Parts: sequence; structure tokens; C-alpha cells
Amino acid sequence: MKFNGRVHKFGNDVNTDYIISGRYKFKTLDMKELAKHVMEDLDPDFYNKVQSGDFIVAGTNFGCGSSREQAPWAVLYAGVSVVIAKSFARLFYRNAINCGLPLVECDTDRIEPGDELEVDLAQGVINNLTRGEVLPIKPLPGVMIKILQDGGLAEHFQKYGTFNFG
Amino acid sequence: MGKTIAEKILGAHCQQAVSANDIVVADLDYVMGQDGTSPLAIQAFREMKGQKVFDPRRVAMIIDHSAPSPLEGVSALHALMRDFAREQGFNFYDIGEGVCHQLMPEKGNVVCGDLVVGADSHTCSYGALNAFSTGVGSTDLAAAMISGKLWFKVPESFKFVLNGQLPAGVYAKDLILYLIGQVTADGATYMAAEYVGEAVRALSVEGRLTMSNMAIEMGAKAGLMEADEKTLAWVQQHSQREPRPVTSDPDAVYARVEEYEVSNLPPQVAKPHTVDNVAPITEVAGTPIQQAVIGTCTNGRLEDLRIAAQILQDRKINPQVRFIVAPASRRIMLEAIKEGVLQTLIEAGAAVVTPGCGPCVGTHNGVPSDGENVIPTANRNFKGRMGNNKAFIYLASPATVAASALAGEIADPREFIR
Ligand code: SF4
Repeated sequence: MKFNGRVHKFGNDVNTDYIISGRYKFKTLDMKELAKHVMEDLDPDFYNKVQSGDFIVAGTNFGCGSSREQAPWAVLYAGVSVVIAKSFARLFYRNAINCGLPLVECDTDRIEPGDELEVDLAQGVINNLTRGEVLPIKPLPGVMIKILQDGGLAEHFQKYGTFNFG
Repeated sequence: MGKTIAEKILGAHCQQAVSANDIVVADLDYVMGQDGTSPLAIQAFREMKGQKVFDPRRVAMIIDHSAPSPLEGVSALHALMRDFAREQGFNFYDIGEGVCHQLMPEKGNVVCGDLVVGADSHTCSYGALNAFSTGVGSTDLAAAMISGKLWFKVPESFKFVLNGQLPAGVYAKDLILYLIGQVTADGATYMAAEYVGEAVRALSVEGRLTMSNMAIEMGAKAGLMEADEKTLAWVQQHSQREPRPVTSDPDAVYARVEEYEVSNLPPQVAKPHTVDNVAPITEVAGTPIQQAVIGTCTNGRLEDLRIAAQILQDRKINPQVRFIVAPASRRIMLEAIKEGVLQTLIEAGAAVVTPGCGPCVGTHNGVPSDGENVIPTANRNFKGRMGNNKAFIYLASPATVAASALAGEIADPREFIR
């Protein structure tokens, strides 16, 4: 799994209320509609700026707060291919993998807004094409890779009818 | 090598000895969803070709977040939940019954030793009852409803040893805010918090639920406590199921242990816009407020309403303040009526709203205006949390909220307690 795109950078503790506010998530199951409001309280123009395949890059504790799965769905539907952060809150982490949104943990201090990246999940590296740098990433646990490869937990269940990590 | 509560409960639910960082698929005792997360879970349930929930006696759905519905779109999602509940025959709690994390213990759905997941981040609340309970998302909820199982990474544990006794006017809420301020919003990420010590044993089960409820605010996956006589009496009063208490071994391995002496702790307040931005009351006292709220899954229980009523008895709130009270459940509301607690609050100037989440998450019932300061007993103060990203939220105990409603500004409850 390889992804190319540009960087949109955020700070530490980006919580799920910032990713998608509670005032939208209760109204609809239409993720395309929710995606229009993604990151709105931090960057009102984010949805218009983000191009398909781009990356959200952040500091520590990305996705802290609520269990709302609308958060990773909205990120995915906005066109973001991978979220890269120093660390993630566990609920967001689980939910993102279940939705089929890949996450990468690495030191993001050396990545700047607008940088062009190539993220290679299989090789476990990020190539920063703008800076000519290679950043190593922490590999995902096997269970998560399996769910991502199946295309998310719903697809995993469609395939096996239950958990199958054999 | 000894085991922690987290390792023992997860091990017991996959019939093998497990240690921190193992990944297991475990059997669940109970599965819960609320109206913010269930509609998406129902959609995923269908997509996964689910037919029947694994056991209708072990599944509950609750309408509490936007209850009663303020909007057509929400009404449609509620209708979807009602239809699904009828079709599947599981436990369904409609508007006015209460907030999910009050109902799960109160209805007897959780006992000591259980493994529970809920599609709501504050599902960690039931750790106070010696159950391993944690929040999941909607797709996880769907998988759990179908299979009765979920995969877990066994967490490392973070032990909080709390010595001494809380002084008068200082409560479980102040203690947990203090701890979150100390360890920060991601200080316990992926870990199970385990609260032990004299100060924990002295708390009522209600106070303990407040502490476990907020474990997620330091990133923790669970907020566990051992069961004592108080826990067992409470559980047996509410549930028919047999409690299976679990203790940590003396030689259990912890990722981190911190010890605190709480005897001189002042009331605490979390300032905008993060829960770990905690200050002693003296630092924020005098900040004007426009709205005060008592309620939520953190502090909407009878004990909380009583504490507020004690301060507000025969007094009137400041005319500049709107004071909203949302009892955490119908049962609590009825008890508060019987005891005269609700009358006291209403006479003082409270607007009482439907038992449930109340104004906590900005979907209905009291969205603040631009630039306003709100002091709720809630667990989150993120920008926009109450529905307006230009409002400022200060989290505090029911006593501090009641005192502040009287004063029209953030006030030290110790000056108002009689
Ligand atoms: S009261 Fe607030 S924190 Fe608790 S479940 Fe409801 S919205 Fe969530």
C-alpha cells in the first residue's frame, strides 16, 4: 500500500470534536456531507484545500476524545489517504483501522506543511520528496494490517462472518 | 509473575492466561450503543450481513444524546434505532430513561468481573464496579453485536495510589481533575488506570463512577477499581447477576505507579479548552459565568443533586446565570423529587431538562452564545463541545457549580457549604 500526496499539518491533541463537531454528527449518516465539515473548527477552509490522496500530519494524541467513528469516516471521505502523527488516541486508532483508513506513527517534527510525501506502508517508510529525506515508521500490529488489507472490519466480517486472524 | 485486574478479566474472557500487549479475541458480557453511534452501527450490522444479535439479553441501545429529538434528521436516526430494537428484541431505553453510563449500572447490566464494550468513549465508567469496560466505535459495536466477541490489545496498567482523605467541600470530581492535570491528556494512553488507596475506599460508588468515567480524559482504556463491600452491596442491589470480583496480585507488573496525598487538595477546575488544563479554584475564582449545568454521566447522580441542593437551599441563583439541571436517569429524577432535592433546585432557579446527556455535547438543551462562560459538571471542555466554538467551558464539581451559580462567577464552594 503506497500513497502520494501533500501535507496538511496540525498540532498536538487534535480531538474528535475538532475533526467532526458533535453539532453535525448527530444529524446524518451521509459521510460525504459530514466530510465537508472535517477539521472545520481548526481550519475552516480545510475541505476545499485538501486534494484526494493528501495527508493529515499532526503531533501527539491525535483523535483524542469521543468514540465517534464519524471522525475517521469524515477524514476518509474528505480524500485523506493516511493520517501521520507522533501518537494516536486509542479509540481513533481502532476506528480508523476498522474504517480502512491507514494510520502511521512517526516523528512528525521533520515534516512541514505542503511537503510532498510518498508513504509506503509495506516497506514501512515515508519518503519526503520535498526534503529528500526518508523517515522510518512504526509497523502496525498484524491484526490491524489484516483488517486494513480486507478493506476494513465490515469487509472482514462479510468475508469471514466473525473475527478471523488465523 | 502476578497479574493486574485488566490482565485477569481479559484472560478470563478468552480462557487463557494473558499479559500486557498480547492481542486476544475475547467474549463479551454486554454490548451497548447510544444514539450518536448506534445508527452507524446498525448500518454496519447490515453491511456485515448480520442477522441476529448474539444474545438480546446482553445488548442495549439508549437514546440519550439528543433526547427528545431537536431535528428531523435526528428523528429519522432515532426511528432507525427503534425499528432495529423491535426487530432484534434487545434492551432498549428511549428518551427520558437517562444517560447510557448511568443506565448500564443502574439497570443491572454490569457486575464485577464483566467485560463490556460500549460505543461511547466514557464506557470506562463501569471500572468503578470492578468491570473491564471500554469505548469502541460503531463498526466494532456491529461486530460485537453479531459475534459477542471483540479483539483487544491487553493494556499495560497505570496504578494511582491515593492516600489520605478528601477535605470538606472537595469531591471525587476534584480528585480526578487533579490527576488528569498531573498526568495530562495522553498520560495514560492505551493503558488501564487502576485507582487504589484509602481515598478511593472512602468514596461512595457514585463518586467512584465519576473517577472511572474520566479515565479516558487521560487517554486510558479503562479506569479500574477493586470491589469492596460498598461495590458488592451496590451491584447486588441493582443486578440479578452474580458478581465475580477480581483483584490485582501483589506482584502484578505496572507500567507506571504514582502516589498522591489528597488530604490538602483544594477544589479543582479544568479551564478551556482542554481537560488537563487544571487549576486550583483560587486561580479561577471570580471569572464571570453565564451558564451553570449539573448533570451528565460524570456528575448527574442523586449524590450530586443533593450536594447542589444543600448549597442552594433557601437561596436564589444570580440573575445573570442560567442554571440547567439534567438528572442522569428517570430513577434519579424520581428520587430527587421524593427527597425534595429537585424542588430546592427549582426554587433556587434551576431549569430542569429531560434525564439524559443534557447540554453536554451541544446537540440540544442549552447551547451557549458567543463569548459566554459555562461551568458544567461534565467531563469535556473542548472548543465547540457544547455546540458553540466561541464559548468557554470550565469543568468542576457539583458543589463548585452550585456555588458559582449563586455567585454569578466561579466561586469556592467551601465558602457556601453549611
Ligand atoms: S453525558 Fe456527555 S459525556 Fe456522558 S455520554 Fe452523554 S454526551 Fe457523552
